[in-house]
Amino acid sequence: MESTPLLETRGISKRFGSVQALFEVDLKLHAGEVVGLVGDNGAGKSTLVKSIAGNHTVDEGTVLFEGKPVTISGPKAASDLGIEVVYQDLALCDNLTVTQNMFLGREETNRFGLLSEATMQRQAAETMKSLAVTTLSSVSQNVARLSGGQRQSVAVAKAVMWNSKAVILDEPTAALGVAQTRQVLDLVKRLAERGLGVIVISHNLHDLFEIVDTFLVLRLGQSIGSYTKTETSQQEIVEAITAGQLSHVPGQDSDEIRNES
Amino acid sequence: MTSTTRSSTPEPARQTLGEGLNTWIANVRAGDIGSLPVILGLIAITIIFQVQNDRFLSAQNLTNAIVQMAPIAFISTGVVFVLLIGEIDLSVGAMSGVGGVIIARLLVPDGNEINWVLALGVAAIVAVLVGGVHGWFVTKLGVPSLIVTLATFFMGTGVVLALAGQQGLIRVQDPTVIGIANTFLSDTIGWLVAVSAVAIYAISLFVTDRANLAQGLTAGSWAAFGGKVTMAAIVAFGTVAITNADRGLPLVGLILGVTVVVWLTIAERTKFGRHIYAVGGNAEGARRAGINVDRIKISCFMIASFMAAFGGLVLASRLRSVDNSAGGGNLLLNSIAAAVIGGTSLFGGRGKITNAVQGALVIAAVESGMGLLGWPSDRKFIVTGFILLLAVSVDTVTRRARQTSGRA
Repeated sequence: MESTPLLETRGISKRFGSVQALFEVDLKLHAGEVVGLVGDNGAGKSTLVKSIAGNHTVDEGTVLFEGKPVTISGPKAASDLGIEVVYQDLALCDNLTVTQNMFLGREETNRFGLLSEATMQRQAAETMKSLAVTTLSSVSQNVARLSGGQRQSVAVAKAVMWNSKAVILDEPTAALGVAQTRQVLDLVKRLAERGLGVIVISHNLHDLFEIVDTFLVLRLGQSIGSYTKTETSQQEIVEAITAGQLSHVPGQDSDEIRNES
Repeated sequence: MTSTTRSSTPEPARQTLGEGLNTWIANVRAGDIGSLPVILGLIAITIIFQVQNDRFLSAQNLTNAIVQMAPIAFISTGVVFVLLIGEIDLSVGAMSGVGGVIIARLLVPDGNEINWVLALGVAAIVAVLVGGVHGWFVTKLGVPSLIVTLATFFMGTGVVLALAGQQGLIRVQDPTVIGIANTFLSDTIGWLVAVSAVAIYAISLFVTDRANLAQGLTAGSWAAFGGKVTMAAIVAFGTVAITNADRGLPLVGLILGVTVVVWLTIAERTKFGRHIYAVGGNAEGARRAGINVDRIKISCFMIASFMAAFGGLVLASRLRSVDNSAGGGNLLLNSIAAAVIGGTSLFGGRGKITNAVQGALVIAAVESGMGLLGWPSDRKFIVTGFILLLAVSVDTVTRRARQTSGRA
């Protein structure tokens, strides 16, 4: 893939006090591609995502979106560009319906300022249909009644509904059973087929091998390397995660970083 | 990705009666029991008291009940807003006293009296400011609302004492203010009110159904439509028929109805209202959706204080005076109890504005029934306590049912 990446980070570094959480991390995400972001706890996966989503300001390095350097000041700015993050806790409101959750903060109103409930409901149903989320019987039911997989689907649908171009999923299958994991993996594949760039953070390499195109392995805040799925094996990835060669040893002792969450 | 193409598969259709019933039963099973307990409770209370004293359902008693429950219902409407965001306001009783005493004080005909509109305006501004202060302490400093409003409850009580003057009682003489709770509409106007209320309700239902059908969604069955409109008609025409047999529909009842419809529309049909529910359901989720959580919370505290002062005005009007105990007694407890008995959850995010009126009706019915039976106050408190406990237990149990069904 030699085209311009949809999303790219160049030499991203981030320090929390004396702890080097990220050191010169390069990431490339193309449209229609699924990148698996892997690494042990404390490797910097979350920090990287938060830096891209604008929750952290980076110390060094640049983020490029569609080839242009951008400064992302917060979640709102990220959304405006077309970058959406689905965090592990999903941030859904249990007391609201699927539709109400999907339109939260972006409700449509008529000329009297009243909510256009029916219009939103139809659009929500259509989005679900286009993503082939068939397990959901109705978009007018409360989220409280949904299973974990369905909730994940709602959170993803909510993220991609707004012309987003890149979606970052944080541990989307962590708490799910076999069948529900299946639904979510299928959903991720469909997102890529629709031309979105998807970054998936997961500890489950087995799941990732099914959906990703490339792996980016982080270790102690550094990029160990990018691996194309077809040219690598689960074993190679595991080795990179646990014992990958570091180019830079931060501070005196790399254990410092391991203890940082 | 906002798709604009119309889907073709789902047949735009109204549900059949059977489908509608199935949906309803499924909702009840899952713990969405809505107003069911409070309506059943009202029916039970009515039967119990009517059996013991047949004056309970008399025209005079029911007309009195409307006037008596009005202040609680107004205050409780505001309480629902703070409960919806998972907070509490213990100062609403005191705030109603402050509102009442400000209005009474400004209207004393001593040569310095001002126009009643101005007096109400001053009270409203003070109330909204107090609500803003509550919201500021809760959102910006992180002080629990229980404590902030407990503090202003004390302060408000002090302000009432101070403003009530040396006699401890201010007579209200302004005819407009007195008229609020002491005017009864003529029979004809009463019927007109009932007709318009039912018509507006039917039209809004019809418009909603039509919007759903236009978007290719299913709408409620015609039977459900007919049933709802018939119920509304029974309530509206029944109320007017009964009150007309006495002095007529109390003006304050009409004001209450309009106020509730306005707040209901804001809560359920506007972005602001939707965001209130979102903040109560998951504040962090709301924040990530770009909602200004602090602004929503502060607004809810303002509404609570405003409605409390409104209740104080109605109370001042009904009693034709404000004394130094205004806003005290069990007004606060009744107002919070009304919202909870009506079905508003203390855990935030769940409840309806109409719960306030339903709960206030229960409390007014119990008080009036026990008054008719000549029961002393001690038993009234005990019975009200039991009802409150029952209501909160129902809320807690159905909440558990919802969580279980959520995992199913």
